[in-house]
Amino acid sequence: MTVEATAGPAVRTQPKIESELLRSRVGAAMWFLLPMLAALAVVAGWPLLRTIYFSLTNASLTDLYGADFIGFKNYLSWTTLKSGRTVFSGLLVDPTWWNAVWNTLRFAVLSVTLETILGMIVALVLNAEFKGRGIVRAAILIPWAIPTIVSAKMWSWMLNDQFGIINDLFLKLGLISQKIAWTAQADTAMTAVLVVDIWKTTPFMALLILAGLQMIPKDIYEAAEIDGVHPVKVFFRVTLPLVRPALMVAVIFRLLDAMRIFDLIYVLTPNSSATKTMSVVSRENLFDFDKFAYGSAQSTLLFLLIAVMTALYIWLGKVRFDGGDR
Amino acid sequence: MAHIELKNIRKSFGLVDVIKGVDLEIFSGEFMVFVGPSGCGKSTLLRLMAGLEDITSGEMSFDGTLVNALAPSRRGIAMVFQSYALYPHMTVYENMAFGMQLAKSSKEAIQERVEKAAELLQITPYLSRLPKQLSGGQRQRVAIGRAIVRDPKVFLFDEPLSNLDAALRVATRLEIAKLHHAMNSATMVYVTHDQVEAMTLADRICVLRDGLVEQVGTPLELYENPQSLFVAGFIGSPKMNFLNGEIASKFGANTIGIRSEHIEIADRDGSWKGKVVHSESLGSDSFVYVDIGMSGDPVIVRQEGTRHHNPDDAISIAPIPGKIYRFDAAGKPLKH
Repeated sequence: MTVEATAGPAVRTQPKIESELLRSRVGAAMWFLLPMLAALAVVAGWPLLRTIYFSLTNASLTDLYGADFIGFKNYLSWTTLKSGRTVFSGLLVDPTWWNAVWNTLRFAVLSVTLETILGMIVALVLNAEFKGRGIVRAAILIPWAIPTIVSAKMWSWMLNDQFGIINDLFLKLGLISQKIAWTAQADTAMTAVLVVDIWKTTPFMALLILAGLQMIPKDIYEAAEIDGVHPVKVFFRVTLPLVRPALMVAVIFRLLDAMRIFDLIYVLTPNSSATKTMSVVSRENLFDFDKFAYGSAQSTLLFLLIAVMTALYIWLGKVRFDGGDR
Repeated sequence: MAHIELKNIRKSFGLVDVIKGVDLEIFSGEFMVFVGPSGCGKSTLLRLMAGLEDITSGEMSFDGTLVNALAPSRRGIAMVFQSYALYPHMTVYENMAFGMQLAKSSKEAIQERVEKAAELLQITPYLSRLPKQLSGGQRQRVAIGRAIVRDPKVFLFDEPLSNLDAALRVATRLEIAKLHHAMNSATMVYVTHDQVEAMTLADRICVLRDGLVEQVGTPLELYENPQSLFVAGFIGSPKMNFLNGEIASKFGANTIGIRSEHIEIADRDGSWKGKVVHSESLGSDSFVYVDIGMSGDPVIVRQEGTRHHNPDDAISIAPIPGKIYRFDAAGKPLKH
């Protein structure tokens, strides 16, 4: 972008020198990009292509390389019975899969929405000047810095139905009359997962939004003060529009993350159909159920879903990654 | 229109005293300029008037009403910032109308006022543009327009020209002067570190130094009767020549000051002999820097028209009698 923009007009006046400069710049850019592209091709491109390929075969863990190509049968196949009834099978008609899709979407939308709102509040607080702000800023990052497996295990103990501190607290406060198996019960499992994820990821959101808030010049707020704008209106009419570019990028990061959630659910609520997400069921098929091809098909579909959602979000939200429209 | 009175105003940030007791009266409809070197507290004083900072002690009143605890929006002021402080996501029109919209004014009234202000400042063609699509000078005009739309009793300018290049600075300075004539009922308070801006715009200038008022007066009063060595050196361009030691004691003073236009190149009784260090020709006038064997800066002599002097030429200069300012050891002027 920058190379074109700066070199563009000048090319006409001084074609020779400028084009040489441009060529050397493009050359340098290529050399800088090459290692990155090579690494991406090896660690992302190749596995992705392999997964897509496996999803079109009947591969199993015991026989990965002797697999036969079966086309889209993992996704959808049908047999017509003698009675004339057609029976469909495959991923696209698998209720377990659609349950996982629904769980994932519900989790992604709820967690990202709540994290955005809470993250914004935390960021606004941290943007204000007060004593010990540096310490608070560092402290608030702790939940995000703990590895997910550790924090998931920690929370699963806290949420334990027999010995968990949360049941104990709620009982003593009189909020519940008997101990609840938060992570095991179908009606509370998703809430438990959401609470832990929000606890863990709100700091990340807050930090990204805070970076956006700090880009807003202070004197604009002083101008608003002189204009006599009510603080709530300042937030909606000034702060929010100006922080929006940063916010949109933060949301997209979180959305991508939430769509492929695995570790937290795997540790906190193992085997609960109320929380199983696409990543969880695809791993089950890949390794636990020895349906490698079927799991690959699920992974492929997960990839496509995330790609479509991200593209839609970028398009609808008019997200710009070059730092917004300021 | 507002008569502003400051009584023993003090402001401290923690342990640091920035304003150390300022008494000042700004008359209704007056163009008052605060001038001083950086860190003298001039911007802080303006922000105290705006209500953007709390007054530590003292009394500030607008038209006899105490405003110490009044919110900025209720003081009847408008402020123009050095950095323009335009809302970047709003068009020029929206920027100017924002305050009125929130005050629930009618659409017609808003439009009328915005268009009138835009016309006055010649920014009508840019009303639908975003600030980022404007040049610095245009942005500052929009910021001034936003202030006009508020129809304030007091305009506060915080170094509004500092971010502009030299040519635009002169042009915008003229705009502000014209604005003052056009709105002769509004009181204007203007902060700058540039004494030329102060001299050209002000009805009265308030020279600040280290949080205290050094001198208040019309530009010519300050130029002709500086009440301290500091004001004498700060007002006027080029800077007043200061000489001390033997030369000064001949005049019965600790330090004497003499402006560059009050020195002639002449060899007469009481003239100073020296050599040319450097000479500058600006077309309309020329400046010669002369080393007369004193420590410190060379003496600057102004001559009309273009004159040329070679470096190291011997030269003899003489002060015009009666144009010498004499100061005592404390930097205060001595009576003739």
